[in-house]
Amino acid sequence: MEQFFQQLTNGLAVGSIYALIALGYTMVYGVLKLINFAHSDMFTLGAYLGLTLLTSLALTDHIGPLWGTVVLALMVMGLVAMVGALLDRVAYRPLRESPRLSAVVSALGASIFLQNTVMLIYGARYRVYPHDILPRVALDVFGLQIPLVRILILCASLTMMAMLYIFIQRTRIGTAIRAAAIDQGAARLMGIDVNRVILMVFLVGPALGGAAGLMVGLYYGQINFTMGWGYGLKAFTAAILGGIGNIPGAMLGGVLLGVVESLGAAYLSFAWKDAIAFCVLILILIVRPTGLLGERVAEKV
Amino acid sequence: MNRRQLIPLAVAAPLAVLPLFLNAYWIDVLNSIGIYAMLGLSLNLIVGHAGLFNLGHAAFYAVGAYTAAIVNTTFGIPVLLLLPVCGLAAGLFALAVARPIIHLRGDYLCIVTIGVGEIVRIALVNNLFGITGGSNGIFGIARPSIFDLTLRTPLHFYYLIWIFVALTVFVFHLLEYSRFGRALNYLREDDVAAEGSGVNTAHYKLMAFVVGAGWAGMVGNIYAAKMTIISPESFTFWESVLMFAIVILGGSGSMPGVLLGAFLIVGLPELFREFANARMLVFGAAMIAMMVFRTQGLIPSRPRIYRIPAVEKGEGRA
Repeated sequence: MEQFFQQLTNGLAVGSIYALIALGYTMVYGVLKLINFAHSDMFTLGAYLGLTLLTSLALTDHIGPLWGTVVLALMVMGLVAMVGALLDRVAYRPLRESPRLSAVVSALGASIFLQNTVMLIYGARYRVYPHDILPRVALDVFGLQIPLVRILILCASLTMMAMLYIFIQRTRIGTAIRAAAIDQGAARLMGIDVNRVILMVFLVGPALGGAAGLMVGLYYGQINFTMGWGYGLKAFTAAILGGIGNIPGAMLGGVLLGVVESLGAAYLSFAWKDAIAFCVLILILIVRPTGLLGERVAEKV
Repeated sequence: MNRRQLIPLAVAAPLAVLPLFLNAYWIDVLNSIGIYAMLGLSLNLIVGHAGLFNLGHAAFYAVGAYTAAIVNTTFGIPVLLLLPVCGLAAGLFALAVARPIIHLRGDYLCIVTIGVGEIVRIALVNNLFGITGGSNGIFGIARPSIFDLTLRTPLHFYYLIWIFVALTVFVFHLLEYSRFGRALNYLREDDVAAEGSGVNTAHYKLMAFVVGAGWAGMVGNIYAAKMTIISPESFTFWESVLMFAIVILGGSGSMPGVLLGAFLIVGLPELFREFANARMLVFGAAMIAMMVFRTQGLIPSRPRIYRIPAVEKGEGRA
């Protein structure tokens, strides 16, 4: 039982990281109908920028571990958001009116470009996060020893998701994002500046992805320039699992995927860990072709 | 013969004599280009003609290569004789995989094909049924021979590969202009209308997948014969991305485009070698730039033209 709950909480933490990345995929997809393959590199970038800022500014020494990490996260999110907006401007905006697959290839090119940029700057080897950022202690929760980092990651990502949900549902620009996702043309006719909406999406999505990168760095302690592929693919799977374009769907899909994967790795087979996520995806899509929360789109005639 | 019909000849003639002036390294680069050209052409049927979003083509290529390697190393059957077997194995695998998922819409199909590709790769790494050799792969595939000639130098393989490329172009050209090819184009443009006109869209989509995958399986056989060692590393998601980029960048649905795409995608990184570590960085930037400046691909596919005989004779012209 002990192992089950350990794996479950681990799955929840990893799943919430997947969910944060998945939100970036799903928001961009909602508005642009584009699979932003370069999003996985926003995540990698977040992890590396986090490492740089962590070691160069030593914020955690000045203002304490908790606030230091929060300020660090905000800085990383801001920087990655700027890269995201730049990415849209360079690689996607010229392709708004062109066939969708052209934009996908541009996204793949952007991903290769960013991944190699990170490699050239930081080198190809694994980089290690400092150990002493957050206290390495375990909390006692109902008799279970759960690492503090795990709980903090869970809390932080749930907070971010809640904030995003409020942002999308309650604010003016959030409403505009939803409108543009439903029908871009109609949104434009209603006086919504769709280009601003797209810019917003490319700021918020990468910011969340960057935060997820920082979390992985803090959780696992080591990062590599190729790690984006794996996490990105899982997160994209999560977004599809929940129904792409659907924000609560991405959250649900991410958490579900993390838990299933973690339990599967523990009880079925560790070697097949990465295949489990895809098997679950295929099984669910056979039953529900548009994902768990995806709308059933009526065929137009 | 009109001028357009001369173009294939104008391309084929230099290719036939080119290796005589190149060293082994560049012949090997051309061999890779040939292999990717065939993979691109087979994927073009699925992505370009049927409009199905397949980012897991490497899985079918892997099934072909592993079929060749396993049968050759266990039963000693000459590897080139296994060509149809490999094609069949990959085709049947595609049929089994695609049957339940073929109704998925665009991007859902995309992630499922990525998933299938990853599952196949992980299965190979984990030594499925104890016959795939795990992450080391399979080595000791016997060198292929044609009559008394054992193929061993890059030059031998150059001719084997490029003759097979020519065959691929011929077969896919016939397919493109057949009832099958027209049906695929119809359902790509509007599958509801196609269904309404009596085209069995699910059947045609499935067949496109099976034929494209089967052909990739045969290419896998040639790859296994050329390398004599195969391992899961050669069949990653990255390979599927390359094949996909070749099709879209060259010109989706256009055979000359796909061939040019193979030259650029496989050849450019070789030319960028002087950038050393920044090679792939330049490559990524080039991919973006090419898509931004030629969104339809380098050589876009042309709409089908049907001439009306009467008009050609000059009658009935307004």
